[in-house]
Amino acid sequence: MKDLYPGFTFGKATRDAYGEALRDLGRDHPEIVVLDADLAKSTKSFTFGAEFPERFFNVGIQEANMVGMAGGLAHAGKVPFIHSFASFVILKGFDQLRMAVAYPHLNVKVVGSHGGISLGEDGASQQAIEDVALACGLPGFVVCVPSDEHQMRAAVRAAFEHHGPVYIRSGRPKAPLVYDATPTDFAFGKGKRLREGTDVTLMANGLMVAACLVAAERLAADGVQARVVDMATVKPLDEDEVRAAAAETGGIVVAEEHLVTGGLGAMVAQAVCRLHPAPVAFVGLEDTYAESGAPAALLRKYGLTADAVLAAAERLLERRGSAASSGAARSPA
Amino acid sequence: MANTAPGTSGGAADLEALRGRATVLRRHILEMLHEAASGHPGGSLSAVEIVTALYFGGILRYDPADPARADRDRFILSKGHGVPVQYAAMAEAGYFPVKELKSLRRIDSRLQGHPVLGSLPGIEASTGSLGQGLSIGVGTALAARLDGAAFDVYVLLGDGECQEGQVWEAAMAASHMKLANLVAVVDYNKFQLDGAIEDIIGLEPLAAKWEAMGWTVREIDGHDIGQVMEALLWARDHEGPACVVAHTVKGKGVSFMEGENAYHGVAPSDEELPKALAELDVYREALASVEEEAAAEVAAAHRGEVRR
Repeated sequence: MKDLYPGFTFGKATRDAYGEALRDLGRDHPEIVVLDADLAKSTKSFTFGAEFPERFFNVGIQEANMVGMAGGLAHAGKVPFIHSFASFVILKGFDQLRMAVAYPHLNVKVVGSHGGISLGEDGASQQAIEDVALACGLPGFVVCVPSDEHQMRAAVRAAFEHHGPVYIRSGRPKAPLVYDATPTDFAFGKGKRLREGTDVTLMANGLMVAACLVAAERLAADGVQARVVDMATVKPLDEDEVRAAAAETGGIVVAEEHLVTGGLGAMVAQAVCRLHPAPVAFVGLEDTYAESGAPAALLRKYGLTADAVLAAAERLLERRGSAASSGAARSPA
Repeated sequence: MANTAPGTSGGAADLEALRGRATVLRRHILEMLHEAASGHPGGSLSAVEIVTALYFGGILRYDPADPARADRDRFILSKGHGVPVQYAAMAEAGYFPVKELKSLRRIDSRLQGHPVLGSLPGIEASTGSLGQGLSIGVGTALAARLDGAAFDVYVLLGDGECQEGQVWEAAMAASHMKLANLVAVVDYNKFQLDGAIEDIIGLEPLAAKWEAMGWTVREIDGHDIGQVMEALLWARDHEGPACVVAHTVKGKGVSFMEGENAYHGVAPSDEELPKALAELDVYREALASVEEEAAAEVAAAHRGEVRR
């Protein structure tokens, strides 16, 4: 993994930071109740369970029932945090998330670990590549994909403080550090500009944020100043940041460890169309499942690297350049 | 609390009053479905005695003036398509005016086609995608235990939805957690949308399935109000999850709907409504046996009707 993110220090996996943050939150908030569907040691909800066994319930391998229970707990005043792999809690529990959580807009926090393909060797059945799209399809849900351990800690607190349903995706591998400490300015619906630039914007969440920072560094070597935005919250989207990116940099590359359909790229493209039409390029999985393999090998094979972001940015700049030289407007006023 | 559970199942006079209530609920169901020109009469009528006993037999503790009070018992209608029977009971109980029943399924109505939490005070869960109510009940009962709260949770399931795997996930979890404040009632009317349950995916032995999941089960005639009361009182006081399998008849109370599965999801027509109501004409006697105030309100609502 390390050679994919030159210059980066690696921190904890976001799932590990998640478990600690949840446990810490539990110390101050007895209304938090934690459920897991037999993956507590993997999702790290067990970090909470070890300290608060009386508020921790392993419901066994029954995601649908877990989600329904969370609805009941929330309506009775508890703040349930529920867990499984992203593939299972979102996909197996989707109808229940719709009926028992989203429709009544209950205060349930859903945490899917092992998001994306970087979980590696276990293969495509375990790799969630459609969870963000599905979660975005639940009206009223906040959908968040933190990029590193520090942002994850901020996101967990924000999830607790937000009254309503939230989906957070965590990852299995140790993640390159994007932040030095828990960001104090983190808020759902607010993107974080990590690097200023006026030539193009690279927008991403999760592991792809670090990849975008690496790509921006390489673009700078070629004289291209790329703006980089950590768009951890997919919904609600920071439309001001998207509009600014389109208007001030003329084009956006969106990168995510997810299908290019229905995720951050789709959300950004929709906002760009509505607010300030400009070229948008997408880095993600193109209508395919992945497979078993080492995380770095998978990220390379399926084009989820700084190289892929760089290539997409160069294509976008080239396309824009030829459009400009042929007389077309670079971007509408 | 407006309604507190009595210590006994009551005498013959009380049961007669409950039969009167049941008839009133049946009339409301038919009239509101006719007015809406859509909805599910069969599975609403089969659950009338169960819902009557819950709301008017002193089983559920609730307060229509304060529907969200923390110590209320919770009633979750997992078979959400049967919601007309719950709306009828709630109107009679005073949650909202009886005349509002006519807004069922209309635009901007609080009386949605299936129950919606947050739309109408007193509804405890959004249902309509079958198989989900018991899980919500398990979570609610668990919350009560964590808080040391004394309320009970009642979940009414359809028989057809017992084909859903989630029902058994929830059943398994409830018995593992030894939830003493949770009661499941199955409205076992033997039919689902496409036909007879035993012809599609049979449930038998249904009681044994619940027992195998760790529940204590009683089987009753779900239209014998005395048996329904006795079973619900037993279930309420039982230590551990209790299940009442209520054998019922789909469309009960209307001769041409009874056991006739065509009325699963078809409202009574202009011609059928008066025939159905005529069969329930003990209505006036029934009214005399319920509280005067409620009766007057019901009668007023009916006088105000204009049939097209």
